[in-house]
Amino acid sequence: MTAIYNYVLNLADNTLILGQRLSEWCGIGPFLEEDLALTNTALDIIGQAQMLLKLAVELKGEGTVDELAFIRDQHQFKNVILVEQSNGDYAQTMLRQYMMDVYHVHLYSVLSSSKQQQLAAIAEKSLKEVLYHKERSELWIKRMASGTDESQQRLQKALNFLWHYHHELFENSDEINELVQQGIAAKPDELHNKWEAEVKTLIASLPLEIPVTGWKATGGRAGHHSEYLGKILCEMQFLQRAYPNCEW
Amino acid sequence: MKLYEVFLRAKAGLSHKHVGSVHATDAQMALQNARDLYTRREEGESIWVVDSREIISSNPSDKAAYFEPAEDKIYRHPDFYPIDKKVKNI
Repeated sequence: MTAIYNYVLNLADNTLILGQRLSEWCGIGPFLEEDLALTNTALDIIGQAQMLLKLAVELKGEGTVDELAFIRDQHQFKNVILVEQSNGDYAQTMLRQYMMDVYHVHLYSVLSSSKQQQLAAIAEKSLKEVLYHKERSELWIKRMASGTDESQQRLQKALNFLWHYHHELFENSDEINELVQQGIAAKPDELHNKWEAEVKTLIASLPLEIPVTGWKATGGRAGHHSEYLGKILCEMQFLQRAYPNCEW
Repeated sequence: MKLYEVFLRAKAGLSHKHVGSVHATDAQMALQNARDLYTRREEGESIWVVDSREIISSNPSDKAAYFEPAEDKIYRHPDFYPIDKKVKNI
């Protein structure tokens, strides 16, 4: 039971923190149409977080969705460090989005036939959303890579920065292996291969280069986060902490 | 950025109707922006976007010559025929 709870909570926190980050663009997007489109994406992803957190609550048999989202502290969040990275410029936001969209498409494709039926239902519903998100972010990557010198340089800079954060999405553990055996979870190595094949094919077709270094971000799933998460939680959790149990 | 006109078809059998416009740098972005701006509440199931510059419009100064001659030709209107109640969307 702990294994599946932790697994679902990791997926929930990835979407919750990514959705919160994307919401920061609301009202200050590059132009009106794009502002609305990205806010739609943020809302879809927060909706996924809500469904996954609800499942986590049911698996544990105690607590509420709001408690998980608004009362937990940094070290109790299990999201990967990639999703808490700052939005940066639009190239950085869109590259992080593309990396997560490709991940979510492959993840939900597998999970839609998970033996855990609620998880399968959430994955099936979310897959339609993330397929569209990926269509959007992929086009932005193509546009920026082959746009002006400046857009290409900004995107390359974002790639140099964000690339080292993707490995964490595919980390394995005894708990996850156990869930894979039971037909509940997606196999991390297989997801990793699909993700890399797709992302590397796109990058190879564009004037971009994958950075080479040995460093890989890790620790998010165990609750070791970057300095950004605390600041995100300050904003996201303010209302519940200042006015506990408030309703409106 | 270019301007595109957006047309939506609410459901099969109806025609696409003009609903507004969007800014975009290319046709694909225009289609996505139209989807995100105009179909958030299930308003449609098919979208057309057209580069606004491709639309050929009548000139307001031609209004009299174009449209007023039809004013006194009421026999052109289908008002003299009963329409079957079962016919919708006419």
